[in-house]
Amino acid sequence: MNLTYSAEEQAFRQEVHDFLATCLPDDIRERVRLGRRLSADDHVRWQNILSERGWLAANWPEDHGGPGWGPVQRHIFDEACAAAHAPTVVPFGVNMVAPVIMTFGSEAQQRYYLPRILANQDWWCQGYSEPGAGSDLASLKTRAVRDGDHYIVTGQKTWTTLGQHANMMFCLVRTDPDAKKQAGISFLLIDMASPGITVRPIITLDGAHEVNEVFLDEVRVPVANRIGEEGQGWTCAKFLLTHERTGIAGLGHAKQALSHLKSLATRVQHRGRPLLELASFRQRVVKAELELMALEVTNLRVIAAARDGSVPGAESSLLKVRGSELRQELSELTRRALGPAALPFFPDFLHGDAELDDPAQAESAAGAAQYFNRRKLSIYGGANEIQKSIVAKTILGM
Amino acid sequence: MDFSLSDEQRMLADTLDRLMADRVSPEQRRTMLEAPAGARSPLWQTFAELGLLHMPFTEEVGGLGGDGTDLMIIMQALGRGLVPEPYLAGLVLPGELLARLGDAEQRERWLTPLLEGEHQLALAWQENDARYDAHGISTTARRDGDGWRLDGHKQLVFNAASALAMLVTARLDDGRLGLFVVPADTTGLSRHDYRTIDDQLASDLTLDAIALTNDACLGLDAAQALDATQALGRAALCAEAVGAMEVACQQTLDYLKERRQFGTPLSAFQSLQHRMVDMHLHLEQARSMAILATTSLALADNERDYRIAAAKAYCGEAARFIAEQAIQLHGGMGMTEECYVSHYAKRLVMFDHYLGDVDHHLEYVSDHLLNVA
Repeated sequence: MNLTYSAEEQAFRQEVHDFLATCLPDDIRERVRLGRRLSADDHVRWQNILSERGWLAANWPEDHGGPGWGPVQRHIFDEACAAAHAPTVVPFGVNMVAPVIMTFGSEAQQRYYLPRILANQDWWCQGYSEPGAGSDLASLKTRAVRDGDHYIVTGQKTWTTLGQHANMMFCLVRTDPDAKKQAGISFLLIDMASPGITVRPIITLDGAHEVNEVFLDEVRVPVANRIGEEGQGWTCAKFLLTHERTGIAGLGHAKQALSHLKSLATRVQHRGRPLLELASFRQRVVKAELELMALEVTNLRVIAAARDGSVPGAESSLLKVRGSELRQELSELTRRALGPAALPFFPDFLHGDAELDDPAQAESAAGAAQYFNRRKLSIYGGANEIQKSIVAKTILGM
Repeated sequence: MDFSLSDEQRMLADTLDRLMADRVSPEQRRTMLEAPAGARSPLWQTFAELGLLHMPFTEEVGGLGGDGTDLMIIMQALGRGLVPEPYLAGLVLPGELLARLGDAEQRERWLTPLLEGEHQLALAWQENDARYDAHGISTTARRDGDGWRLDGHKQLVFNAASALAMLVTARLDDGRLGLFVVPADTTGLSRHDYRTIDDQLASDLTLDAIALTNDACLGLDAAQALDATQALGRAALCAEAVGAMEVACQQTLDYLKERRQFGTPLSAFQSLQHRMVDMHLHLEQARSMAILATTSLALADNERDYRIAAAKAYCGEAARFIAEQAIQLHGGMGMTEECYVSHYAKRLVMFDHYLGDVDHHLEYVSDHLLNVA
């Protein structure tokens, strides 16, 4: 038993590190470091650089244009990116809809969509949640009624992340209202420029425009845009949820956050001494450090299992619960470490292009906003309580 | 990066599982507790036949050259079986010190028969005023002619009652930490035996002007070897605790599925499901920390001690959490001696009191954090 990377893996890590040092644009790195929102153009610029290097589609097989990495390389890559303040790849196209198209799509659909995803020509968003269908996703109501070669889609989607930039949406719709819950659902690809679509921003408590409501009013969608058979949508959705979730613990981000916290607590002064010397504060940092150590080994266990051919199943629920809790705790400690400096709020700086004169203010601007933003980690992708119920059912047989 | 077991290690694990199932039922365990037989115990002799006593020692000192993973497999199985045999206290800890410090003659006399299952030993390092600090002791060793004279008190010497000799730490005049072999029948050595609340056999020792010959001295500067041995012991304890946590979780899960109230199994209640999942989360995280501890044994001293302190603190918390939940989820039954899970709960809670508790180890990690930040 050993926890160390092989020589090839270490060489790969160095290669990624060198790439990030030379190819990640400074302005993007700095925005990520300061916790500022990236523009659509920033995202596309970075993803084009990754695409050129052949590293955008990290979990695609080689015959579709992926780099042919295994779970270990993907983990190394994610961790290096987080450490270097590289933006997270917007997942909806390359990591979410693409595997579904590869698995359930027709050859024509694969030939059309996959190269466009690889070239960042489409910006995808996810049409899953509805006002009445959150954790209970299968109760979704958006209707798709067949009309010749088209479906007429009417309904409302919500929590559509970065939908304001999207030109395509993959969407779960109800094609058969009489079938039982999961059986009547189909998976459609919808052009966001279609008449009848309205996107409205939802401003979150940190002042950010990250998520949206999408209204669909008799939107005509070609039947050719359906992935898989009619009524197979739930299978696609479930596949997507279990597909390659070893990154779900957000370990790279947690490591980066802990290292930032430690450096912050060393610089910030409390009664003339570094805050880290305050026993009550340090105690919580120590606990977070321990949790990170345990989570890292657990994550490696899951990655090694995936590498050796087992399908990551309910273990990813464990990683999601503990990983989100840890990242929330780290955001809490960072906010507290900032002390009074956490209070000033500069939304035009965080979410826009306004600059701040005081560099110290810029450094601490995102602390409190990020704390509030991180509350989402235990809610999205199946709330932590849902994850626990999944573990109870699938691992413990309760 | 590799978490798999070799074929030999899988065989070892299977053998141990069978052994626990056949030989350590709750009734058999009670018998063992009533009549501790030291090296003569039938189970200990089976350990010897299976090579388990040779396993954790290098081939140079007559062992089988097993690594940390082999020890982890053994300790986890002993934890699962809640085995009272003093594998750690009577074999691994004193054996490791003899292997590290003993010369050929000392090893021949004390280590070889230990590995053959002919006798057991004990390690006396802990003292009343020193809490978990192995270095802050007041037992003294002074030169006395050609030999040595030892004075002091030791507490919680596990397996002393079954040991042919004790390895005793003592402060030398020059401040260094010495280590001595004290045969059980030495004049001036008195012993007060008792059971701990988690059924371990322990003794307090008084050393009143004990006279030892020079060949009883294993080392005049034993601090580093003692640290390494304690690190090994802590990693082993983490693995043992993980084994006991597995059983406490499984027994609790079985109980929830079988016990019915309000016309339905307890396992149908969501609040209990989520508690059960929390136990499972703690178990898996503790398992990761036990692996981290095991794979850190060969690192440089500082890095090893940092990681193992982290693991021991983490496992201590997880073990307590699982023990408390196991009792709570068993309801009134969990409070009874008759319910076997209560014995696991006691062991899991008290596990924290061996070789340094959560606070002891958190302090170490905390100091480390300050020094590197």
